[in-house]
Order: sequence, then C-alpha cells, then structure tokens
Amino acid sequence: MQENDSNSRRNFLDKGLKIGLLAAVGGAAAKALGPENKETSVGEETIELMSTDGTLIQVPMSEVMEVPSLKDENYNVRKGYPNLKFVMVVDLARCKNAKQCQSACNKSHYITGDDAWLKIYKMQESESTAPYWQPTLCQHCDKPPCVKVCPVDATFKRQDGLVLIDADRCIGCRFCMAACPYSTRVFNWAEPKQGEMSEITMDMEHLHYSPDYAGMPSQKGTVDKCDFCPHMVDKGELPHCVSACPNGVFFFGDAYEDTVTNGDETFRLSKLLKDKAGYRLMESLGTEPSVYYLPPSNRLVDFEEGMTNYDEFKSVDKSDE
Amino acid sequence: MNAYDSLIKDLAPKKFGKTGKLWVGFLLLIIFGALACYVIQLRTGLIITDMRDYALWGIYISNFVFFVAISLVGSLITAILRLSGAKWSTPLTRIAEIIAVAAIIMAGLTIIIDMGRPERLFNLFIHGRLQSPIIWDVVVITTYLVISILLLYYPLLPDFAILKRHFNNNPKMQKWYGKLSLKWTGTITQQKLKNKSIRILSIMIIPVAFGIHTVTAWLFATTYRPGWDSSNFGPYFIAGAFVAGAGGVITVMYILRRAYHLEAYITAKHFDKMGKLLVLLCLIYLYFNINEYLVPAYKNTVEESAHLQGLFVGQYAPLFWLVIVGGLILPIIVLVFPKGRKPIPVFIVGLIVVIGAWWKRYLIVTPTLLHPFLPIQGVPESWHHYFPSLMEWIITFGTLASALLIITLLVRYLPVIPIHETAMEQGILDADKTTKQ
Ligand code: SF4
Repeated sequence: MQENDSNSRRNFLDKGLKIGLLAAVGGAAAKALGPENKETSVGEETIELMSTDGTLIQVPMSEVMEVPSLKDENYNVRKGYPNLKFVMVVDLARCKNAKQCQSACNKSHYITGDDAWLKIYKMQESESTAPYWQPTLCQHCDKPPCVKVCPVDATFKRQDGLVLIDADRCIGCRFCMAACPYSTRVFNWAEPKQGEMSEITMDMEHLHYSPDYAGMPSQKGTVDKCDFCPHMVDKGELPHCVSACPNGVFFFGDAYEDTVTNGDETFRLSKLLKDKAGYRLMESLGTEPSVYYLPPSNRLVDFEEGMTNYDEFKSVDKSDE
Repeated sequence: MNAYDSLIKDLAPKKFGKTGKLWVGFLLLIIFGALACYVIQLRTGLIITDMRDYALWGIYISNFVFFVAISLVGSLITAILRLSGAKWSTPLTRIAEIIAVAAIIMAGLTIIIDMGRPERLFNLFIHGRLQSPIIWDVVVITTYLVISILLLYYPLLPDFAILKRHFNNNPKMQKWYGKLSLKWTGTITQQKLKNKSIRILSIMIIPVAFGIHTVTAWLFATTYRPGWDSSNFGPYFIAGAFVAGAGGVITVMYILRRAYHLEAYITAKHFDKMGKLLVLLCLIYLYFNINEYLVPAYKNTVEESAHLQGLFVGQYAPLFWLVIVGGLILPIIVLVFPKGRKPIPVFIVGLIVVIGAWWKRYLIVTPTLLHPFLPIQGVPESWHHYFPSLMEWIITFGTLASALLIITLLVRYLPVIPIHETAMEQGILDADKTTKQ
C-alpha cells in the first residue's frame, strides 16, 4: 500500500501537474512564481505552471518546492481549509467505463461492502438519444439535503465545500441516505471486513480516525461516502479517482482559483464550463452540487467499448479477498 | 348490594383467568424471541435485515409509523370526542388512552431498533440539530407520551380511591391503589382541579397529536423522492392514523367486552357509533388517498409513473389493492348499513382495518425507496427488492406483542371502564364512598 502511494505520487509529478492548482491549494508553491524566479538557467528542467492571473509560465524544477501539509494548527476538520472551494468536473465525452477510478477509490478507502462510493452508471435519457457512461460520486452540494436532515450534525458541510461524515457521531438513522437524490451514500450493514490493511496503513501514517479520511476505518452501523479525498489534497496530490483515470475524465480543483486539472491538462473552470456547456445533476432540485459534468458529445470513444467492463451487479470487486 | 356496589364489582380489575395467562405467556414467548434476534442484530449489525443501501428503511420504519398512527386515537376519542361533548364515548376513553400510551411507547422503542448505532442515542441530546425533522419527532413524541400518560392518569384518580376501598381484603393492592390515588378524597377543590387539568390536557393533546403525525409524515415528505415528495402528506397521514386508531379501539373494545363480560357497559350502541365514526374517517382518508395518487398519476412524470405503476399494476399491485379495498372501501360499504354495525361485523371490519393500516405503511415506505432518481446499478441483484427477513419479522412481531402486553397489563390493573365517571353519568354515584376516608 505504501508503495502504491509513493507510486501515485511520482506519477503525479511525472505527469507534470500544473502547480496552478497547488498554488491555490498550498500557497507555498506560489512563491515559485515570484518575479525573481522567472529567469531560468539554460538546460535546467522546467515545469509549466499557471500563474494566478491565468498565464502559463515556465519555472525551473529547482524552484518548485514541495507543498507542506495544508493543515496548520488552526485546521478544524469541521471547518476545512479557509481559502479553498473544491470543485470537480467530469467530462462524459471521455469516459469509456474503464472503471480505474472505481477500483482506485475502493482500494484506497478500503471499501469492502457491496456498494461502491463511486459508480459508473450506464445512462440513456431516452430511446432516441445515445447511451453514455456517467461516473457518479458524492456531489458535495452547497445546499446538501443530507446535512439538512442529519439529527446529530454527524454529516456536515465545510467552508471549502466538502460534505463529510463523522462516523464517530453518526447514529445510523439513514435519513441522509433517504434525503440524497444522487444515491451516493452507503451504509455499513455489517462489521466492515477491512481487515488489517486499513489498520496497518493507519499505523504507518500515524493516523487517527478523522472525518476527512473516510473509510479509515469504516464503522458498522454508520454511513459512508466519497469524501473528495482531502487527505490527498493535503499532501498536494489529486483524489484517487482523478489520478487513476487513464482517460483524464476527472478534473479537480479550486473554484476560487477558477482552475481544474486532471493531472495532464489544466483548465480555467469558468471557461471550460462555458465552452463545453457544463451542467450539474438535477439542478432543478436546488442542491447546487460541486461536481460539474461536461456533456457526452463529440466522443472520442465508443460507448460499446465500455460494455465489456460493465457489471450490473458489482461495483466492488472482491476477487482478491 | 346497591347499583353502585355492583358497578364497582363489575368494573374493578380482575385476575387473569386461564386464557389471560395463556395470552400473556404467548406474548412473552414472542417478545423473548424478538429480544434474542435483537441481540444478534446488535452484534452483527442491521445486515440481519433485508434492508440494503436502496431499501434503506423497511418494516422497522413502517411499523414505527403504524405505532404513531395508532397512538393518535387517544387524542381522537379522549380529546376530540370529549371536548365535543359526545357523552357516548365515556366508556371508551380509557381503552383509547391505554392503546395510545402503549403505542407511543412502542413507537419510541421501534425507532431505536432501526438505528445502526443505538448506543449513541444520547447524541440526539448532546448534538441535536433543530433543522432535522428527526429532532422534531423526538421532541413531539416525548411531549405526546407525557400528555398521554397524564390523560390516562388524571381520570384514574377517583377510580384509584374507589379501588383502594374495594380491595380492603388485599393489603398489597390496597397500598398501591392508595398511593396511586394521591390522597384523592373527592373534595370540591380536587374535583375542580382534576376537571380543569383534564380539560387543559385534552385541548393540549390535539395540536401535539397532529404534530407527531405530521412530523412523522415529514420524515418522508421533506425528501425529494417520488411518492414522498407531497404537500398532502401531513393531513394524509393524520386521516389514516384516525382510521387505524378507530379500528384499534373497536378491536380492543370487542375483545374486552367478551373477556370481561362488559356487555352492560360497552353496548351495541357503542359499536354502532364507532361504526359510523369509522365510515366518516374512512371517507376522509379515501379523499386524501385519491389526492395522493390521482394527481401525480394525472401528471405522470417519469419518476412518479415508475413508482405508481409498481403500485397500480406492478409488483405491489396485489397488496396495494387489497389494502385499498379491504382497509378503506370495504369498511365504508359494510358499515353504512345498520346491519353492518352490529358488534361482530364491526369487530371484523375493525380488525381488517388495523391489519390494512399496517400494510398501508409498508406500501408508503418501501416502493418509493426502490425508485431512486438514478438507476439502481452496481449492487447485488437481491438489493433491487425488499422483503423483510425472518429475524426482521420476529423483531417486528416482538414490538407488536410488546404493545399488546402493555395493553394487557394495564387492563389487568386498571378499570378499563372509568368507574367514577360512569357512576356519575348513571347518577348512582354514592358520594359517601368517594369522600369518606
Ligand atoms: S445516518 Fe448518520 S450521518 Fe446520516 S443522517 Fe443519520 S446520523 Fe446523520
């Protein structure tokens, strides 16, 4: 597991993530963008970054610092990061049900039930319209119906946009699940069979249970769901689904910074949504999700290709159990 | 023996006969079975039920709604009828209050059974958030429980004093009834205080009763789901609750009349009146049902139509029509005729109404959950359906048996027909006996 982690970390640098996101996320990396750093000595490896005003600039690798943990002593897990607003964009035109996002998510959150937190729905609005694949995870709504109904404030909304669950407090009434129109919440009906893996990882990383790392560990009789991986962002990395997708379907970023990236490409969020006519699921309900979708038009991939991977009844592969 | 003495003798609580003991034993058997299953549920989790991520609520919740519904009858008979001056209902008030108290206690316990983490119940008080309809439910159910207990208790005060004297050869009973009578001697001040308190409680309980069931309806109506997303839900639930509660009272009063030979007190007239009342309530409920199903069926949006098709012609159709016809239309047809309002047919209809009311709640909770907005995908085939598991049934029957046991025990120790009030109404109250020490 540890190996996996460092792997994805390397990948993520290899892919040359635009630190624009990190600048937004970390603040520290932004130092690299100071005027005195703009001159690069010849031959030095450079990295392309997006500055805060949206222009791309070349910065020498040596000037790029590792982003220190975002969590400072003021960090409050119920409040979140003060100057961030997490968003995701899912480009349906690129999705071919490769399911890498799902298995990465299942693996890293130790999802052992029968219902994954991230599901790729086979969708078709009507007979005359084309079918498409729709990866669906917690929409981290700005007006979350689940938070509204929770009697004990176990599920809560943070200022950085995340909707998280405090599994230590949840009484297991499942009202939030009834309230969620996106069916993204799952319940631990039995004792989760996470085995020692989550414990070992927790020990190694000196983690205590915290709502910002869902599934570490999961608890019987409580609700789980996608947490938008703040624990990855904290390390300066992208959520597991984003980095695992071979087709670059998921873009993650900060709405204040107006930037999203899938690791390979970085876009201005507002422009992307305008150009590609982005939308949110069930907008009419007024939930105001933080996840946007780009319509499945001009697709590079054939819908049928995804069918080979499609399993109507299984979203969690337990073959290696 | 004068009329008053024989009245007391008729109505004083009696020891269980053989049937009574068998009945209690039978209930205890079910309750122990349910407790055993509940222990297993505590250890292994709600996995022992057939509920899963889509059918995330099941019969525990519909049973809870059923209990809340039944409990409303306390307010209907004791408060609404009392305040409207319907004297005929006097002998039924205590039965109604006993049912109400038993049902509301079991409603509270049933909701705990549904919790994934019952040991964290106290979080509701430490971290309770007023935005959540569950907190409204907690507040209003506790209030209702308290008022119901008081409304059962206050009219009992003179009866306890009467019983204290009646059991003068049984020191233990005498002691208890004496304590419970709170030194009731029947002075004018006491009478006034009692009557005033009952009047205040009777008025108070009406909004609270409407409150509990409206809030219970809102547990569903505050979500977006087709079949629940309805502004009709509050009154619809209340109308249904009165039907269920009236059915409950009819059933219990018939059984008590037979078991305790109360024919002189619960007369054919009472069945006739309750039969008429039930017709009226069923008509109101029918009206709300038509609203509830016809309007969305007319619009026929994609989501509603999937839900309604399941009910009208799909997998729930047999149950749905059985409940509508048996629990709603049949009572109206049978009970409009004077012949249908004889004790036996009224009892049978009442029983069918109660059973229908239970399944009606099942039909309100389950089908909606199996029609979410996004298609059900990526979960095992069995998650696409819901039918309670055996242990779920046993636990549910345990809660029903517990309610019946509470009723049975209250019937064992309380006069089911108010002695004092009946004597007053018959004008045979022997003032000496209530005022003398
Ligand atoms: S199941 Fe847990 S998180 Fe959901 S509403 Fe109930 S207490 Fe809150």
